[in-house]
Amino acid sequence: MYLKNALCAATALTLISTTGAFADTITIATVNNGDMIRMQGLAEDFTAKTGHTLEWVTLEENVLRQRVTQDIAAKGGQFDVMTIGMYETPIWAANEWLVSLDDLPASYDKDDILPAMRAGLSHSGKLFAAPFYGESSMIMYRTDLIEKAGLSMPDAPTWSDVAAAAKAMTDKDNEVYGVCLRGKAGWGENMAFITTVANSFGARWFDENWKPQLDTPEWKEAVSFYNDLLTNYGPPGASTNGFNENLALFQQGKCGMWIDATVAASFVTNPNDSTVAEKVGFALAPNKEGVEKRANWLWAWALAIPAGTQKEAAAKQFVEWATSKDYIELVASKEGWANVPPGARTSLYENPEYQKVPFAKMTLDSINAANPDSPTVKPVPYVGIQYVAIPEWAGIGTAAGQEFSAMVAGQQSVDEALAKAQANTAEEMEAAGY
Amino acid sequence: MARAVTTRRKTINTVAAWAIGLLIFFPILWTILTSFKTEAQAINDPPLFFFFDWTLENYAIVQERSNYMRFLWNSVIIAGGSTFLGVIIGVPAAWSMAFVPSRRTKDILLWMLSTKMLPAVGVLYPIYLLFIKLGLLDTRFGLTIVLMLINLPIIIWMLYTYFKEIPGEILEAARMDGATLKEEILYILTPMAIPGIASTVLLNIILAWNEAFWTLNLTAAKAAPLTAFIASYSSPEGLFYAKLSAASTMAIAPILILGWFSQKQLVRGLTFGAVK
Repeated sequence: MYLKNALCAATALTLISTTGAFADTITIATVNNGDMIRMQGLAEDFTAKTGHTLEWVTLEENVLRQRVTQDIAAKGGQFDVMTIGMYETPIWAANEWLVSLDDLPASYDKDDILPAMRAGLSHSGKLFAAPFYGESSMIMYRTDLIEKAGLSMPDAPTWSDVAAAAKAMTDKDNEVYGVCLRGKAGWGENMAFITTVANSFGARWFDENWKPQLDTPEWKEAVSFYNDLLTNYGPPGASTNGFNENLALFQQGKCGMWIDATVAASFVTNPNDSTVAEKVGFALAPNKEGVEKRANWLWAWALAIPAGTQKEAAAKQFVEWATSKDYIELVASKEGWANVPPGARTSLYENPEYQKVPFAKMTLDSINAANPDSPTVKPVPYVGIQYVAIPEWAGIGTAAGQEFSAMVAGQQSVDEALAKAQANTAEEMEAAGY
Repeated sequence: MARAVTTRRKTINTVAAWAIGLLIFFPILWTILTSFKTEAQAINDPPLFFFFDWTLENYAIVQERSNYMRFLWNSVIIAGGSTFLGVIIGVPAAWSMAFVPSRRTKDILLWMLSTKMLPAVGVLYPIYLLFIKLGLLDTRFGLTIVLMLINLPIIIWMLYTYFKEIPGEILEAARMDGATLKEEILYILTPMAIPGIASTVLLNIILAWNEAFWTLNLTAAKAAPLTAFIASYSSPEGLFYAKLSAASTMAIAPILILGWFSQKQLVRGLTFGAVK
């Protein structure tokens, strides 16, 4: 009898310990955006399939970067999965801070990831972060206003088309401004946009020898154009407007055009929040006549696993689940096709249901028009379209962003802003040993 | 004899006091108002003051998305624990400095204060590494100790100032009557300094409650207090002001209520010794 009881207890203990060994709690550091929040709501599906539970640490974008950098560098082991962007991925992978995702099973179908996304999230040919959602930038414009102005917007406009449309749609007496653009300082704010404008005017940040190029005529032309466009046809206080501020202005019907992230399309066409939901058209980001590069960027929020996590296997299962085709199907079945995370997988854009979403085609065309390995007309030694994938970029970009923001605010001229940005960049690059 | 105050002067003073009070309180009022707006109303230009469709939607979303009680409980433990530990250490320290000062007491007081002049980020990395070694990352205990150490100079300074106002002769009389050191501090000094201790405790709870550098950097999922709860509602792509305001209002509500009920103690403590 005693033996029987003892055997039962031993079996039970073994079962408990075995289950315990397989069921982990994974801590995920992430940003607060619609797609991520939706994923938190659907996490039960992952727990049901694998037994692993999830702990979410949601942080503000800049805090997230600082926290995870600090944790990885100090080997704190606080996070098992992190949400990181396309900028950090190659840099951190080069530092051997990330676990390679090349060994995800065949069923995951890595080849289905959009080529541009895969290129931006890889280092030395290996995938280090799986895209959760991706975006490019494009023009969102008011179809009613452009019609009223007697114009039409081509699918692939030039900057001249944009300037003409901005002028024609501006009606300051009624608080309607031809174009809303980013003016708020920051490497991920105004510099993301200004860098794409520069690319589309044939400019580049550095030559092949890492010499800053902000003193070239291409930069002057690009920045002058941006400054004139925004100060003549933009809203008041544009120097402090970022993505969210412009989103609010567009939704309130105060912008004729807005050139920004493709992900904004779902917000501006949502009738619950937008007063102009039914009157929005989409076009590719523009270029200067004769310049082959367009002003569209490429960005992805991706899931990566820090090297040194104790729960690598469980973390990989999670990354696989969250960025799989099945997850897209799951979101579509619960919340509709317009709400699935966009810009990550080719198969999504081949899906007839998704093709009915009004902004699907333009989003894909915009993403496909971006090539992070060849972002500029002239050759460059760096990767990245609206950023330069080197660790010094965050500092350089932010400092330059402050100069251009001050320029839009009327505190200095285009020449002064460019000269200061050039001097600062040269100094930083020299200090960094380039 | 009290100076005669005219009605006109009284009115001016009252109006001025209310105006300054409202000016200081305005950001909090605006946050509370915004928490009852929709996201579209929150960013409306011109801003909407009282005439909008009041909604509780943001509170419902925040409740559904976050485990508010867990964040609140962490805040209570961290703020309360660090203040309690700080007072336990601060009372004897302030006693010795106020009643048995040495030649170096003034220097020590200034040296303690000098730690507050160092930017916190300057010691982030060493403390982070220490926390990893000691296994204190993302623990309430670790955060309680750090916040206690950060606020300790303020606690000792405040208590020292209050104790200095208490005549040493009273303590001397207690000693003459045979009181031990422990009895002297516990039964004579502490009861007389209650207003001072109370305001020190309240002020430190508020400081610890609002501390957002260490609480964000040293926690992840388990020990994160209300500061992390607020931070999680800022969004890079999407409107968030109304939800962020709802989260902020929920985070400051307990401390506002505590401050409201204890304002008499707080004011009495803060002005203690100002008039003699």
